[in-house]
Amino acid sequence: MEKIPILRMGPFLLVTIQVDLYDRLAENLEADLVQMVSKTGAMGVLIDISAVSIIDSFMGRIIGNIASMSKIMDAETVVVGMQPAVAITLIELGLPLKGVQCALNVERGMDLLRAKIALNEGTPDDYFDTE
Amino acid sequence: MKNESIKVLQKKKTAILELWMQNQLAEEGLREDLMSNDDLRVQSEELLDALLANLSDENLSNAQSSHFDTVLDILAGISASRAKQGFSPRETGAYVFSLKDALIDTLQQEIKDPATVLAQTIRIGKLIDNFGIVTFETFIKGREEVILRQTDEITDISTPVIRVWDGVLALPIIGTLDSSRTQIVMENLLQEIVESGSSIAILDISGVPAVDSLVAQHLIKTVSATRLMGAECIISGIRPEIAQTVVHLGIDLSQIITKASLASALRTAFNMLQLEVVKKRRFEKENA
Repeated sequence: MEKIPILRMGPFLLVTIQVDLYDRLAENLEADLVQMVSKTGAMGVLIDISAVSIIDSFMGRIIGNIASMSKIMDAETVVVGMQPAVAITLIELGLPLKGVQCALNVERGMDLLRAKIALNEGTPDDYFDTE
Repeated sequence: MKNESIKVLQKKKTAILELWMQNQLAEEGLREDLMSNDDLRVQSEELLDALLANLSDENLSNAQSSHFDTVLDILAGISASRAKQGFSPRETGAYVFSLKDALIDTLQQEIKDPATVLAQTIRIGKLIDNFGIVTFETFIKGREEVILRQTDEITDISTPVIRVWDGVLALPIIGTLDSSRTQIVMENLLQEIVESGSSIAILDISGVPAVDSLVAQHLIKTVSATRLMGAECIISGIRPEIAQTVVHLGIDLSQIITKASLASALRTAFNMLQLEVVKKRRFEKENA
């Protein structure tokens, strides 16, 4: 069975969705990701959906769910690389993904995560330089 | 019995055309600026030819008859081209109805029996009235095509996305925001965000004449979509009247950054990007 890899990168988890998600895969991702967050104590989750070209209301909800779950487990979630068509679809479906931070690309997403965590924890900037 | 008056009309074609042209040229509202008299004559002759050639006793009182298809085609062509040339409905109507006068005048001259003249006059009158209605239908259709084309043009030209600074896009919206336009605005904006890698988009609505709940909803949609792309959206150009309507309608724009002018939106954008605009220093002056 296909599985979406969850990569650990310092204090962050990196999820790159390279295939079009179907419902089962998305549900598994949700379960795996919360497991990983709890196991690694990650402070941030970055979901890259730049390769996702089709999205439905269920997928939109799953992404929203993942963000809310990570949030209550004290990990910030950033969704990056959403395609314009996907963004419009989500809005038309009435899913503005409130509570999910978005960024244009992985680089910006990382910056955003770092800024947020530094803000939350008051972590000194050099914490990240040691990676 | 073959209808006598139709024969008369067909025989007298040249006379009718002359009479018709005279009527038209005598008309006060003759538009020589839109169409030359020669063109008018060619057009009129073509129409009259088609009409008289297809006229028969059976179809005289039935404008829907298939015999008149050519006539109706020509009429449709005339009225559509007149709509595009900018003739007024009255002028186009007068053009068709002046044919009636010419036909009836000729009949009165040629046929001596008053009863026949009256009967034929009524029938011809009805026929031309029907043609008049067809002309109007096509005229309006022609006008609508013009309007449709203009709408398309307006949509095309009125949604430019401007890069005002590195990472700052501005999108001045001029005219009413309906759902199809919102769609285009949204697509253009999101595409440009991806291409330019911008993180701030300014939506200027000073050119939107009125904001109702639907327009506000479209604006909120655009802002949410921009946010999903990872960019911040500022709405600028909120005029006092718009602020009043929005609050009276109970629309909640508190989640959106709104500014009164494009300048203040740009200032906010600079702040967000941690940029500072400083006045150029005049070294000579200071040194002196």
